Amino acid sequence: MSAVLPNPADHGHDHDHGHEHDHDHAHGRPTGWRRWVFATNHKDIGTLYLLFAFTMFLIGGTLALLIRLELFQPGLQYFNPELFNQFTTMHGLIMVFGAIMPAFVGFANWMIPMQIGAADMAFARMNNLSFWLLIPAALMLVGSFFMPGGAPAAGWTLYAPLTLQMGPSMDGGIFAMHLMGASSIMGSINIIVTILNMRAPGMTLMKMPMFCWTWLITAYLLIAVMPVLAGAITMTLTDRHFHTSFFNPAGGGDPVMYQHVFWFFGHPEVYIMILPAFGIVSQVVPAFARKRLFGYTSMVYATSSIAILSFIVWAHHMYTTGMPVTGQLFFMYATMLISVPTGVKVFNWLATMWRGSMTFEAPMLWAVGFIFVFTMGGFTGLICSMAPIDIQLQDTYYVVAHFHYVLVAGSLFGMFSGYYYWAPKWTGVMYSETRGKIHFWSSLVFFNVTFFPMHFLGLAGMPRRVADYPMQFADFNAIASIGALGFGLTQVYFLVFVVFPGMRGKGEPAPQRPWEGAEGLEWEVPSPAPWHTYETPPKLDRTATKVIG
Amino acid sequence: MRPLIKPIRTALAVLARQEGSNYVTTMMTIRRLGTGATRAALAISALAGTGAALAFGDKSVTDIPGGPRVNGLDFQPAVTEVADQIKTLHYGMLIVCTLIFVVVFGFMFYSIFKHRKSKGHKAANFHESVAVEIAWTVVPFIIVILMGAFATRTVVAMKDTTNSDMAIKATGYQWKWAYEYGNGEGAGIKFFSTLDTAQRQLSEEGKPAGNDYLLKVDNPLVVPVNKKIRIITTAEDVIHSWSVPAFGVKQDAMPGFVRDTWFLANKVGTYYGMCSELCGKEHAFMPIRVDVLSAADFTAWVDKQRKALAAAADDPKKVWEIGPLEARGEKVYLANCAVCHRPDGKGAGPVKPLDGSPTVLDPDRNAQILTVLHGRLNGAMPAWQGKLSETDIAAAITYTKNSWSNHTGQLVEPSDVVAAEAK
Repeated sequence: MSAVLPNPADHGHDHDHGHEHDHDHAHGRPTGWRRWVFATNHKDIGTLYLLFAFTMFLIGGTLALLIRLELFQPGLQYFNPELFNQFTTMHGLIMVFGAIMPAFVGFANWMIPMQIGAADMAFARMNNLSFWLLIPAALMLVGSFFMPGGAPAAGWTLYAPLTLQMGPSMDGGIFAMHLMGASSIMGSINIIVTILNMRAPGMTLMKMPMFCWTWLITAYLLIAVMPVLAGAITMTLTDRHFHTSFFNPAGGGDPVMYQHVFWFFGHPEVYIMILPAFGIVSQVVPAFARKRLFGYTSMVYATSSIAILSFIVWAHHMYTTGMPVTGQLFFMYATMLISVPTGVKVFNWLATMWRGSMTFEAPMLWAVGFIFVFTMGGFTGLICSMAPIDIQLQDTYYVVAHFHYVLVAGSLFGMFSGYYYWAPKWTGVMYSETRGKIHFWSSLVFFNVTFFPMHFLGLAGMPRRVADYPMQFADFNAIASIGALGFGLTQVYFLVFVVFPGMRGKGEPAPQRPWEGAEGLEWEVPSPAPWHTYETPPKLDRTATKVIG
Repeated sequence: MRPLIKPIRTALAVLARQEGSNYVTTMMTIRRLGTGATRAALAISALAGTGAALAFGDKSVTDIPGGPRVNGLDFQPAVTEVADQIKTLHYGMLIVCTLIFVVVFGFMFYSIFKHRKSKGHKAANFHESVAVEIAWTVVPFIIVILMGAFATRTVVAMKDTTNSDMAIKATGYQWKWAYEYGNGEGAGIKFFSTLDTAQRQLSEEGKPAGNDYLLKVDNPLVVPVNKKIRIITTAEDVIHSWSVPAFGVKQDAMPGFVRDTWFLANKVGTYYGMCSELCGKEHAFMPIRVDVLSAADFTAWVDKQRKALAAAADDPKKVWEIGPLEARGEKVYLANCAVCHRPDGKGAGPVKPLDGSPTVLDPDRNAQILTVLHGRLNGAMPAWQGKLSETDIAAAITYTKNSWSNHTGQLVEPSDVVAAEAK
């Protein structure tokens, strides 16, 4: 049974699988649309999450291309600045809350139960609800373009008091984010409970695959900070409608306080979007180096340190608000410190590769690409952490370049690595290696063509979120726009020529363990993975990577 | 708290004052390396044919002194000590990052090319080494602490706004800056600084032109050279950010709050910046221009301003005829209102049209007067009371009541505005 779309060739499978008590399951399993709407199976829900995230990724990507279209040349050619601001705002919100976060939850749904030897997620119905909450949220968010006054245009950070001037779509956006936040919190509770309670005997915490570890830590971060965001936007809502003055300076409110509250959510959020990618890369690199992950224990500690430090660095987004000197120094030093555990992770990956026996199939290419470009984003992060330099670069294109290096080249490349690594297990067929390579190399080249010139734009003084710019910036903007178009088309190529064939079951049948060096319980079950992976807890070997009965 | 803070303060003070030979030598070396690197970068960009003229855009565009350079690869030339230090710090960071980059990726690519299965390389079987792991935790730790220590002096210097020669209040409005000279030579001078209207028109038509495109303003901020200028920022509606890259200055302007920053420009010239915090629709269209003049030129400028201010002062009790008042109103309208309501009074997007507006046509003249005085929709329509003189407000209202398809024939006298203000 293909876990993605029904595949006629697989009908015999259920019978092979059938124990006596399986009978009920086979009858009780909904088919057709009911299979998806009433989905409680972690694999189906994982698929829904991933498809949803990719749809949002395409919408957010289209907005990015519209932004780049307007910025291709100086002068306003296509959109008025109001609409342009709506594009930048919605691009950010959709990519962060609609694409990256749900995509990682999709990976978690698919892989965590399989990796820890569980039958499913702990709370199957809550799992269903946490996915389906995203649909009204997304409709409300994307639909806000059609509300009077258009979509929110205050930037994805929704700084007060600009939010107080927005039309009714701002409320739609706030409610959408409430729903997405609720969905994230439920998803996180589910992941934590699953990991802490449903591991197979012998799978101790310190033997768990790194992907489960990074998600466990991410889930705690989510539970800690999503309510903070909810608080900030609820206060914005009451400022807008009930004449409170939390952030409204006209009533004595403090707009800087909004930024503190927002970034107290926002900075851990950055790590929420990158830690699961760290986990994926930590699994892919050992598999293709045919060598155990170097420094597993220090990886766990490094991830935890990053998570803890992420709570005390938020105000480095606010150096230009005019903090006292001690505040600036504290946040500068704390921010610099966070590069130490991040560096440890990079060193560990390199040491894993060192003297391995490497091959470079698509998952490994993406993982190495991830390490390379993410580290460049790390360097610019270090440069931005230095308060005096940051004050010069704050709100310029340098910052845009920096966070796209860590979010696109970081999170997105990590997810692509994970897709190529695990898709054979999901679909039961191998992807085309050539297509995977085309996807990787075009993405890498176009990504750098798009975002590298933005460093120069920022250094030269071009502010971000502007619909038009002085003539001197014209060339690098033109180059960035060309690169963006190429990057966008490459992702459509991925959808049409890699994802769709996989979902239709086209391609070489995937063996149970398609990667020679891959270890872990997901490779102990057939490809595609059966409907319920481990109905009874498997007996594991000493390393908790193999089933021995 | 106090016993905790005191040692930190002392340490900071030591770091800030540290003029030890090591520090200075290191900074000099970094600066020299950095200058070399800039030359190399410029040479590369010249070779690539992008240093001189734009490849895609208008070929006639050249660098604008004190503003962005054509295809600039680096910070704009520094004219303050702080901007210079920032540049040095940035070069230092670039050098350190490049070194780490070369070492780390040297290892990675060596491994990628040598330790391949296709070359018959067999996987080794090591997966931890306490010594190595401690080393690569401790060494980066020391490196970042050193980076922090180098930057500390500049952080402290940037925040030190004491002992300024002159204080100027910069207020952000949607979408212009207002400057008000406090203590010092120009005390009392105040004016708005707005993007040149022709520039906005060029942008709208998609036909940008000129070296100072989107940077040209009607009234630049004018300051004397070699004087410590303290800029006090605040805002009227939403957050803006006052930024001049050549000075190394960027300070958010917060509504309801006052913040400050400073600069001491060491070179006469014209310097440009742009608003650097998203402030709504016209965010891209509120540039900052600072003219740095010699002491004598600055004194002359101050005199001229004072005379102009005296000449422009109006008596709000004066009774106007409709003709002159409308003519004056048109000027006021185009300078202050047209950016949102458009020169044709039709508005745009969420901005209400004035042409045919019930408030404008209302026979009760106070309806429009109060709207203009107090604003609407949380400052989306700003409150103009105190920002424009009563005569200007009366003129602008009279103009809108008798322009386009509005033919009310109503005349609003400055005294009407004064009366409404008293309510």
